Amino acid sequence: MIISKKDIPGFLDKLISEYQVFAPVQEGSFTLFKPISSGTDVDLTAANTKLPAKEIFFPQSEKLFSYNVTEEGAKVEETLDEQKKVIFGVRPCDARSLVLLDNVFDNDKFQDPYYLTKRANTIMIGIGCNTPLSTCFCTSVNGSPFDTKGLDLLLVDTGDAYVVEVISDKGKALAEQASLAAAADADKIAAAKVKEAATVTCQVNIDGLKDKLDVNFYWPIWDKIHEKCLGCGACTYLCPTCHCFDIVDDAKDCNGCRVRNWDSCAFPIFTLHGSGHNPRTSNKERYRQRIMHKFKYFVDNFNEIACVGCGRCINNCPVNLDIRVVLEDVRGSEARLDS
Amino acid sequence: MKNPYLPLPMKLVKNFTETEDKLIHTFTLQFLSEEDEKSFPYMPGQFAELCVFGKGEAPFGMASSPTEPGFLKFSIAKVGVVSTALHLMEEGNMVGVRGPLGNYYPVDELKGKNVVIIGGGFAFTTLRSLATYMLQPEHRGDYGDITVIYGARNPGLLLYKEELAAWDQNPNINLVTTIDSAVDGWNGRVGFIPSVTEEVAPSSENTYAIVCGPPVMIKFTIPVLEKLGFPANRIIMSLENRMKCGIGMCGRCNVGGKYVCKDGPVFTRAQLNELPGEY
Repeated sequence: MIISKKDIPGFLDKLISEYQVFAPVQEGSFTLFKPISSGTDVDLTAANTKLPAKEIFFPQSEKLFSYNVTEEGAKVEETLDEQKKVIFGVRPCDARSLVLLDNVFDNDKFQDPYYLTKRANTIMIGIGCNTPLSTCFCTSVNGSPFDTKGLDLLLVDTGDAYVVEVISDKGKALAEQASLAAAADADKIAAAKVKEAATVTCQVNIDGLKDKLDVNFYWPIWDKIHEKCLGCGACTYLCPTCHCFDIVDDAKDCNGCRVRNWDSCAFPIFTLHGSGHNPRTSNKERYRQRIMHKFKYFVDNFNEIACVGCGRCINNCPVNLDIRVVLEDVRGSEARLDS
Repeated sequence: MKNPYLPLPMKLVKNFTETEDKLIHTFTLQFLSEEDEKSFPYMPGQFAELCVFGKGEAPFGMASSPTEPGFLKFSIAKVGVVSTALHLMEEGNMVGVRGPLGNYYPVDELKGKNVVIIGGGFAFTTLRSLATYMLQPEHRGDYGDITVIYGARNPGLLLYKEELAAWDQNPNINLVTTIDSAVDGWNGRVGFIPSVTEEVAPSSENTYAIVCGPPVMIKFTIPVLEKLGFPANRIIMSLENRMKCGIGMCGRCNVGGKYVCKDGPVFTRAQLNELPGEY
């Protein structure tokens, strides 16, 4: 199927009447996913949004329930967002990150109704990356610029139009409802050419990385590798696969609500016990945790690397700590510094 | 989909000052209905997120045993925002409880075995739950000899003093209590847990050791147990790490790839030997 670029606003306007539609929107110097009220709000020119689409499903701050406490008991009212949503213009790396996060929020024992309800009620329309950035390394971590994982429809930019690939039944139903025209053979060929031409120039060699992480927890590499890190947590807040959170109460007298907020393994208080003991005493342990979690623990638990190669942590680190370099150093690490 | 974040309202019926230093209180919470109680089927070693509405929630192991119906008991030190608020609560107030969470002591695997329970300080809470469970007449026959080695800095810091006195007279359990240094009027042992364990622990043959206590006690007790011939898969420990969600999602209590909240808190020494020491 195909949709002309000039028809996009109209297509979105129709969706807006039925769904809450999120799309990349220009906000100051950033592009961010926002709910849009008009099809003309969308801006697909940026390589990617400042924050990943993760925040639509797992907001930075989210109310879990409200309560009212009396002498007889406590009335607890959960606040689930059941609104039907469409995410338009999500990049393949960010769409794939949600497939990874599904493992966490739907684990072997518990289901997170807040995240999963939003996931179930959302249609994902992705847009492939014709010109990946120099900091993109999706192909090194099992992704690609036109990866379809986590998507219902994928748009391929062929110049004046988007060739629409149907990925799922949900996507098919939406495309049919929008009466998208069939793509001509020439359009299909143009799309195939665009996909072939899109190259991710940056390659990170992760061969043998997991084998090293399986054994190098106590090796001296970790004494060095974190030294530049300020522990600011920016990488964790911008990462599409980071999922750590805190739970706090916001209340006045007997009425209030419980809220969860993003948290970060980069912060000392994150693991601080009530006794004062802290299992991760310094930045060394905290930085090691970040790398271990993404490239070893997540692999052990879910058979997937918890990194989609979006490059946000590289672009936004205040001290230019580059995860690609870190991974290379870890891969080359030795049990002893002098060996 | 069951929402694992929603607390069950419970009534605080007793706020009891457990230790002489007044820093540990034992809270008895009553279920508001039979239905509520049925929704909370737990086993010794499990924990719950206990909340003071308006202050927040924190994880605590259940000190009561499932063989004691109608209520839950928690023994809690006053250290942070939630525990301080709890200490100040009046009987009759409402609190919230979310759980039961985590795994539990392997009460089935322990059947037909001797059990030595080793506890230090106020980490005795879930061990009390386990001992109470095993001592229950319908369960007692399932287990061999039960030995409890329990130490505190001084007699005033021992939890559950009345119960300890009763166990002392009970032929179904061999209780050894110890304090760090001698005081007048103390008839029990004097000495640290590791040395007392070395002296009084039963033979490691067909025996499981369940250990819970402060890190320094664990550090010196494990080598003693190993010396006594306990294999790593028969040394069982309960870990504690800072937690929030209790359901393996919020990401802070992991030890290696395992979450203390979801995959623990009960681990064997053999399992922990495979993990980094981040606890």
